[in-house]
Amino acid sequence: MTELLKVEGLEKHFPVTKGLVFQKQVASVKAVDGVSFTLNAGETLGVVGESGCGKSTMARCVARLLEPTGGTLTFEGRDITHLSRNDMRAVRRDMMMVFQDPYASLNPRKRVGFIVGEPLEVHGVGTEKERKRRVQELLEIVGLNPEHYNRFPHEFSGGQRQRIGIARALAINPKLIICDEPVSALDVSVQAQILNLLKDLQDDFGLTYIFIAHDLNVVRHISDRVLVMYLGRAVEIGARDALYVEPKHPYTGALLSAVPIADPQAGRARKQIVLEGDVPNPINQPAACHFHPRCPRFVDGKCNVDTPLLEPVGTSEGHRAACHFPLERWPMTEEEMRDPHLTAPVEAGAPD
Amino acid sequence: MSSLKVTDLNTSFRTDDGIVKAVSGVSFDLQEGHTLGVVGESGSGKSVTFLSVMGLLDPRQAQISGSVQLDGEELLGASPARLRQLRGRRIGMIFQDPMTSLNPVKSIGWQLEEAVLIHHDVSRKEARRRAVEILGQVEIPRAGQRIDDYPHQFSGGMRQRVMIAMALINNPEMLIADEPTTALDVTTQAQILRLMKNLQEEFKMAIVMITHDLGVVAELADDVIVMYGGKVVEQANVDDLFVKPEMPYTWGLLGSLPRLNSTGARLEQIPGQPPSLLNPPSGCPFHPRCEFVMNICREELPVLEPSEQGENHIFRCHLDDESRARIWNQKRAALTAEETAA
Repeated sequence: MTELLKVEGLEKHFPVTKGLVFQKQVASVKAVDGVSFTLNAGETLGVVGESGCGKSTMARCVARLLEPTGGTLTFEGRDITHLSRNDMRAVRRDMMMVFQDPYASLNPRKRVGFIVGEPLEVHGVGTEKERKRRVQELLEIVGLNPEHYNRFPHEFSGGQRQRIGIARALAINPKLIICDEPVSALDVSVQAQILNLLKDLQDDFGLTYIFIAHDLNVVRHISDRVLVMYLGRAVEIGARDALYVEPKHPYTGALLSAVPIADPQAGRARKQIVLEGDVPNPINQPAACHFHPRCPRFVDGKCNVDTPLLEPVGTSEGHRAACHFPLERWPMTEEEMRDPHLTAPVEAGAPD
Repeated sequence: MSSLKVTDLNTSFRTDDGIVKAVSGVSFDLQEGHTLGVVGESGSGKSVTFLSVMGLLDPRQAQISGSVQLDGEELLGASPARLRQLRGRRIGMIFQDPMTSLNPVKSIGWQLEEAVLIHHDVSRKEARRRAVEILGQVEIPRAGQRIDDYPHQFSGGMRQRVMIAMALINNPEMLIADEPTTALDVTTQAQILRLMKNLQEEFKMAIVMITHDLGVVAELADDVIVMYGGKVVEQANVDDLFVKPEMPYTWGLLGSLPRLNSTGARLEQIPGQPPSLLNPPSGCPFHPRCEFVMNICREELPVLEPSEQGENHIFRCHLDDESRARIWNQKRAALTAEETAA
């Protein structure tokens, strides 16, 4: 398998300024704080985390829609971190995005033919006639009627609009498609259609996906590998089955345990671990392990002092987690979660 | 013992393009301490049903017929003043979006006190005491201090807790929750669902949980109504619905769900789009998307008939018992095969 994308120590810090005239920087929001991963051609990397964990910012940095403030991006062996706008445009032919809100991401005043054909025009592909044929072909590929070429976005339902967004992303045969919550605005039955479509397109065109979603069921369904983010950092990454069957980071465990199960009997039988509190304010990030104030396995003097590194865990290759006390097995009861098998006095103080 | 009985509820809206029949012939009972889950896609009429029940639709636009009885008292046609007495006092309501349901220029405390003062002849001081107490019950830390904060100072999950507090502040017998967790993260959703369960045990409320998420229904509901195209297409207790669903739309919903133990096999998809309520399909509303469609489905709306599978289980479908049993057994085998493979 060839490596398509390599992300090393990616950082995006937004300055927080004070004052109107002399904008003094008083702090920074570390939206993405040292995320590293690799992506092989033809695979799907799912990215999960709560809102505000930096998953969308990370994706936008990878596509260089936002300028990263640190780290390197290597796409097909070429460092693209500091490419100029012009050079970047050529790289963008291979890297497209599908956005969350199919109502907001299509220009309401343009016809579908223009919207889908615009990438072709920007990159100067073909004559006008060829472009029109390509657009009609694309509409057909994503399951729309080619005769809809002259319609406006408002004439389509949410699921159909997302198909238009996907057709636009496919227009110039990209290698990588970054999908930012592509199905979260859709109804269940339509969501299944779009997920199936994305899988079919991957098989047909050998696409590579970065698939961002907050729905863990959806991510498990579509991904080969999964990256879990918390407050700008990667806390766990691994092959899909390893991560879902044997999560090692307590945050991953808590996320999995929070997903409602669409099976009343199984739902009643399991023991849920419900995290207390909310995601902390990213301006005042907790010291060391960002998760320690909410973590059921918090050990005073360790978790709030030493920052855990992303280290290999478990038996599956490439499975890594950033935790001093990774979960020994799964599922766990709340009591087992609390006791990281240590002699050190455990203070399970109520997190604020 | 309070109960809500809705019989043959119909709601239609006059629009420039014609009459939209948003709800047709919906009937159900809700008993004290029970949770009724209402599932359906957007446009299935699930929210409009309960807006009609609460008398929250503009009578100039909406035409409502049928009967809604709260403890025997007819609510349809009741005076706006009477409805105002009941809403917030005996029936609480939580809406989907906690960001827009709270007044951004009034403090949380002011908004909670207002809910008390409308229904009770008490001093503002007493109302404030009650507001602090209820904020504590919905597990907002340092309620006594946070009560003077404004909505923008709260996170999404906290705002939804405030909404729940506001709905519960007058100890209603019934709580109608319209997609209360849809805008929230899974971890926060789990907190809110657990909170609702605990509060229900404490206050013996009846809860209506309107949602599109079958997982939420499975966790919280006792009985479930599945709506499609403004009609109830299946109703059963929660175990029966997930184990022995009787009609193709419910099968499709269960099949199209990516599951936590999914192996990434192809999802069963329901083709097409939810129906337009302006030009509803003839016969069964689901027939244009149904893979088992027969001629009769295009002509005649199947009646809600009782299932042999369980008590109080009703559904609409023209397929005969034997075919339905055979098809569901096949589908179920396919679903469980995938699960055991995982």
